[in-house]
Amino acid sequence: MLRYILQKEFRQLFRDKTILAMMFVMPTVQLTIIPLAMNFEVKNINVAVVDLDHSSFSQKLISKVSASGYFRYVNVSPSYKEGLKSIERGTADLIMEIPAGFERNLVREGSQKISISVDAINGTKASLGTGYLTTIVGDFNQHIQLNINADRTHTEQPYQIDTTYSYWFNPLGEYKYYIVPGVLVLLLTLIGGFISALNIVKEKEAGTIEQINVTPIKKWQFILGKMIPFWIMGMIVFTLGLLVTRLVYGIVPEGSLGVLYLFASVYLIALLGFGLLISTYSENQLQAMFVAFFFMMIFMLMSGLFTSIESMPAWARTIANLTPITHFIKVIRMIMLNGSGLGDIKMELLYEVLFAIVLNSWAIWNYKKTT
Amino acid sequence: MKQLLIFIRMEFYHVFRDRRTLLIMFGLPVAQILLFGFALSSEVKNLRIVISDQAKDANSRQIIDKIKASSYFITEEKTIGGNEIEKTLKKGDIQCVVIFPSGFGSDLQRFHKAQLQFIADGTDPNTAKTLVNYLNAIVAGYQKEISPPAALPYTIIPETRMLYNEESNGSLNYIPGVLALVLMIVCTALTSVAVVREKELGTMEILLVSPFKPVMVLIAKAIPYLILSLANFLLILLLSVYVLDVPIRGSIILLFLESMLFILACLSFGLFISTVTESQQAALLLSMMGMMIPTMVFTGFIFPLENMPWIFQLISNIVPSRWYYLIVKSVMLKGLGFVYVWKETLILIGMTVILLIVSLKNFKKRLA
Repeated sequence: MLRYILQKEFRQLFRDKTILAMMFVMPTVQLTIIPLAMNFEVKNINVAVVDLDHSSFSQKLISKVSASGYFRYVNVSPSYKEGLKSIERGTADLIMEIPAGFERNLVREGSQKISISVDAINGTKASLGTGYLTTIVGDFNQHIQLNINADRTHTEQPYQIDTTYSYWFNPLGEYKYYIVPGVLVLLLTLIGGFISALNIVKEKEAGTIEQINVTPIKKWQFILGKMIPFWIMGMIVFTLGLLVTRLVYGIVPEGSLGVLYLFASVYLIALLGFGLLISTYSENQLQAMFVAFFFMMIFMLMSGLFTSIESMPAWARTIANLTPITHFIKVIRMIMLNGSGLGDIKMELLYEVLFAIVLNSWAIWNYKKTT
Repeated sequence: MKQLLIFIRMEFYHVFRDRRTLLIMFGLPVAQILLFGFALSSEVKNLRIVISDQAKDANSRQIIDKIKASSYFITEEKTIGGNEIEKTLKKGDIQCVVIFPSGFGSDLQRFHKAQLQFIADGTDPNTAKTLVNYLNAIVAGYQKEISPPAALPYTIIPETRMLYNEESNGSLNYIPGVLALVLMIVCTALTSVAVVREKELGTMEILLVSPFKPVMVLIAKAIPYLILSLANFLLILLLSVYVLDVPIRGSIILLFLESMLFILACLSFGLFISTVTESQQAALLLSMMGMMIPTMVFTGFIFPLENMPWIFQLISNIVPSRWYYLIVKSVMLKGLGFVYVWKETLILIGMTVILLIVSLKNFKKRLA
C-alpha cells in the first residue's frame, strides 16, 4: 500500500519542474549570498574627538586610539556640541572629549576625567565601542604610569594583573563560522516547512484527497508516504548546503559528519511533521502559507541564529527550547565548529526525537479520512 | 463618494472574515514586537563561565568573588586543566574558562605582577569579545583597588555616557526596525493579495466595466489597507511605549506623517506586485517569501549595513524600509526634527510616485 502512494508522490514531485528547481537552486544560491550580508562584526567605529586641551598627553592619547585599528576618525570637533551634531547626523558613533587642563590636572592632582559619550541605540556597537576605548585608555594610562614609576622600588609599584585571552574554535573572530551553518539550517527549514505545509492542502484544493480517502490506505501510511519523498529531498538539500559551506566558505566540519547527518535526519522528520500538521489544519494553500509564515518567522527569531539564547529571559528560553530549529542550530555549530561528538549532543538529539514523534502523531491524528 | 464607502466596507469584510489574515495582520506584529522587546536583545548576559582556581589564595578569592557578584555571569568553580578545558567548551554550555595559575597571589604580592588567563568559546565572536571586556573591567577595577593611591600618580578616569539610551535598553535598536519590517511585509503582502484575488476570481473585470473609474478601484482597494496599517502602526507604537518603555522623543505628528508616507510607499509596492502577478499564491510568494529575508537584511537593524560588500550597500538603497528605519530612529529615539530627515523623506516620496506611475501604467495596459 505504502509503495503505491510513494510512487504517486515521487511522480508528482518530479513532474513539477519549477518547484523541484526552486527546492535545490534557491537554498544553494541564498546560502552563497546571504551570509555575505550577515556580518555582526563591529569594526570601524566612527569617533569624533573633542580635544580641548591640545597638550602632548592628549595628542598621544589620540594617536594611540587611532593606532588601535578599531576606530576611524570622522572629525576633530572644536566643541562637544559640534561632536553631538555628528552623532545626530549619524556620521559618528562615539564622542571622546578631553577636557581643558587634562595634562595639567593629571600632573598636579594625580587624576583627571575624560568623557566618552556613545550613541547607545545600537547596544552591541555601544558596548563594544566603549569597551575597546576604555581598554585603550587603560593601556595608555598604565604606560605613562610605568614611565613615572620606573625609578621607584617595586614595592611602591602599582599591582598589575596581565590578562591573556584567546578565542577558541574561531581565533580570528570571523562571523562566517557562526552564521553560515545557522543559515543552512534556516534555509532547510524554510524549504521543508513551506513545501510540506502546502502539500496535503493542495490535494484538498484539487479534490484528489477524496479519492485517496476512499482507498483502504491507512492514515499513517498516507502521512508516511508524504513524508518520505520530502525527507529524501531535504537530505539532498542539506548535502548541497554542506558542499556550499565547504567549497564557498571553506568551513570544514570539525566533528563527525555521521553524527551531523543523524541529527539532520531526525530534525527533518520533526520539521516535515510540523509542515504536514499545518497542512491538515488548513483549507486552502493561502491559509497554509499564512500560518506557515507566522510560525517560520517566530522560529527564525527564536532560533538563536541572530541573538544568543543565553541572554534571553527564562520564559523566552523555554519557548526557544520548544522549537525544533533551536536545537539543530546549536548542534550544527557545535559539531562543525567545536568538534563535539555524539556524547555532547545527546540531550538535543533526544529533544528532536520527541518533537518528531509528537508532531507526526499529531498530524496523523488530525488527518481525517471522513469529513 | 457613496460607492467608494461601500467598496471600502467590502474590503474590510474580506480582511475580517479570514482569521488567518488577521493572524498575519495583527498577530505577527504583536508577537514580533514582544519577542524583540523582551526576548531578543543585543545585551549579553547570563554568561556561563568556569573558574579554575589553581592558586587558591586571598587574591584569587577576592577576584572570584567580584566576578560572582557581577550580574553578567553564572559561575561554576572547578579546577580543570589541559584536555578538560577543551572538553568543557565542546559541551557548548560554557562560554569561557578563567584560569588562575598556581602562585597567582604570591606573584602579585612579591613582584606586584601576576598572570591571569581567559579562554573563551569564539564561535560567536561578539559575545566572546564582550565577555572578555567584562572580565577585563572587573580585573582592572580590582587592580586599582589594591594598589596604594601613591602608586597611581596619573590616573585617567573614563566616564561613559550612554546617549539616547541611559538604561541600556537592549530592545531600543530593534523597535524602529521591527516597525519598518512589519509594515513593509504586511502592507505589501495584503495589498497585492487583495488586488490579485479579484483578478483570480474574475471579479476585477466586473469592477472595471462598472461606471466606477479604474483609478478609483485602486484607491478603494488601497484605503482600507492604509487604515489598517495605520492602526497597526499605532498598535506597535503603543506596545513599544507602554510595554517596552521605549520613549518617543521627537514630534509624534512628524512620526505619524512619515509613517503614513512609508505605508503609502508599501501600498504602491503591493499594487505593483499585483500588476505583475496572476495568482494569489505567486503574489504571496513574491511579497512574503521573496521580500522577507531581503527586507530583514537590508533594513540594517540586525546586521550593520557598513559591513556589507559594496554591491549589497548599493542594493539596500532601493529598499524603502531602510529609509524609514533611519527616519524612525532619528525622530523617535533621537528626538530630531524634520531638518534631519528631509533627504530620507524625499527618497520615500520619490519611490512612492515612481511605483504608483508604473503600476497604474501596467494596470491600464491590462485593460486594453
